[in-house]
Amino acid sequence: MTKFSSLSRQYWPTIALFAFLLACWQLAVSLGGIREYLLPSPLSVWNALWHSEIGWSQHLWTTTIEIIGAFLLAAVVGVALGVAIAWSPLIANALVPFLVFVNTLPKVAIAPLFLIWMGYGIFPNMLMGALIGFFPVVINTAVGLSQVEADMLDLGRVFNAPKWKIFAKIRIPNALPYILSALKITATAAVVGAIVGEFVASQKGLGYVITTTQSSMNTAVAFAALIWISIVGLLLYGAVVLLAQLWAPWAEGVD
Amino acid sequence: MTKVLIDLDQVGMTYEAASGPVEALAGITSAIGAGEFVSLVGPSGCGKSTLLRIVAGLRPATSGTVAVSGRAVTQPIPDIGMVFQAPILLKWRSILENVLLPAELAGKDAKALRPRAEQLLEMAGLGGFGPKLPRELSGGMQQRAALCRALLLDPPLLLMDEPFGALDAMTRDDMALELLRIWGEKDLAQEARKTVLFVTHSIPEAVFLSDRVLVMSARPGRIAADLRIDLPRPRTVELRASEAFGKLTLEIFRALTGRTEGAAGTA
Ligand SMILES: Nc1ncnc2c1ncn2[C@@H]1O[C@H](COP(=O)(O)OP(=O)(O)O)[C@@H](O)[C@H]1O
Ligand SMILES: [Mg+2]
Repeated sequence: MTKFSSLSRQYWPTIALFAFLLACWQLAVSLGGIREYLLPSPLSVWNALWHSEIGWSQHLWTTTIEIIGAFLLAAVVGVALGVAIAWSPLIANALVPFLVFVNTLPKVAIAPLFLIWMGYGIFPNMLMGALIGFFPVVINTAVGLSQVEADMLDLGRVFNAPKWKIFAKIRIPNALPYILSALKITATAAVVGAIVGEFVASQKGLGYVITTTQSSMNTAVAFAALIWISIVGLLLYGAVVLLAQLWAPWAEGVD
Repeated sequence: MTKVLIDLDQVGMTYEAASGPVEALAGITSAIGAGEFVSLVGPSGCGKSTLLRIVAGLRPATSGTVAVSGRAVTQPIPDIGMVFQAPILLKWRSILENVLLPAELAGKDAKALRPRAEQLLEMAGLGGFGPKLPRELSGGMQQRAALCRALLLDPPLLLMDEPFGALDAMTRDDMALELLRIWGEKDLAQEARKTVLFVTHSIPEAVFLSDRVLVMSARPGRIAADLRIDLPRPRTVELRASEAFGKLTLEIFRALTGRTEGAAGTA
């Protein structure tokens, strides 16, 4: 209860400001005569959020799957590449320039190519999210694996520990806070990528819903879709933060 | 002296740094007996840490030869304990798990060594701290945990690089006594004791602990003096106030500074 009251003391200005802005918005629309297709009132957004012929659940589901898929793909591939780079200088020399090149490409511009190569579907959108989100994971994994005190590594050598054991017991745990910190960025990037993918080519998903409102002028629905997207994004971000606290409680204040 | 454990013959070390070669050690020749407690003192940057690494086989000397137990050192040698200036505990492992790390790294049965690890912690005054994370302990306590870790596999050779450097004076003196107790100054014959190579900045600490003190000159490090500390064992706190202790301290100070006249107080 004390925790709740301290939280409410901390956040009441935020909540108050939010409520105030909502009220201004509502008043501006209903009294100021702004047309609904330009700026829908909060009330009509609220209505669109719940009662819409859109059928939110299927779109929400599709986009959520894409985002989670993109996130997991970026995490797994990013960590694997980071480990490979830290494991062998040969691999690092081969891979790093290539990865840097891929990272400098404007990924959004590749999305139409994905459509040509893979057609419509969940997978290309996942891939877009993963493509945008994997690079920080690679870098942070590689950095975290190499940022080990020299004395610590000497300790490993004193006991003649094989390389994989040094990785398993020293380097990888050492990299964990770095990886988790990158995954927070990836969580956001996965959302962007999935929505961009849907903008370019899709028949389902929250990004698709937004594109359809362009022709239907149903701006309230676009706002509602935006809210759903941010809810999914926030939940994923929160899950990563929680994971970081559970998994690397020693790493407070790394990022 | 008993049988020679560490044999250094004309050991030299030149680092190839970006700014050019750095000669860290030159012509180090010395023999350290099994069971001897030997301290290295010398100015910063004279190559003390380098010498410890060479003895451990973590770095090859660029000239001369090093042998431990009669075998030339060409790679990290087994059965040693190392304590560095910083505790370098793994921050994600509990204190107990940190102490057990050598067992895991060396592929030994860590479970079987758990009672020994707990006993070491108890002895170091860390009983009950086993489940804590390193950051929950003070610097001095962390350093004691690092000492326990070095002792886990009961190595016959201990290499210690300014292990008490970060401790406050009182803790430092306590740790010195504790180290001598672990070393078996009271209850073990010299042959049964560990051989200790101990780097320190503190002359009184070197005198208090050692059988011998090697004084090194500024870079490139050479052995400027090799002094035997013939003070009775077990060493006591009172000993620090004795005339013999003061004399030895002064002698080392003179060897270190190259001064033949004057007292330590004029430094
Ligand atoms: N890896 C290295 N590369 C280049 N120079 C080094 C390296 N390690 C130590 N040195 C140099 O060698 C000298 C001796 O260093 P060190 O053994 O750490 O001295 P000490 O422990 O006595 O302070 C110093 O001048 C230091 O700068
Ligand atoms: Mg040093």
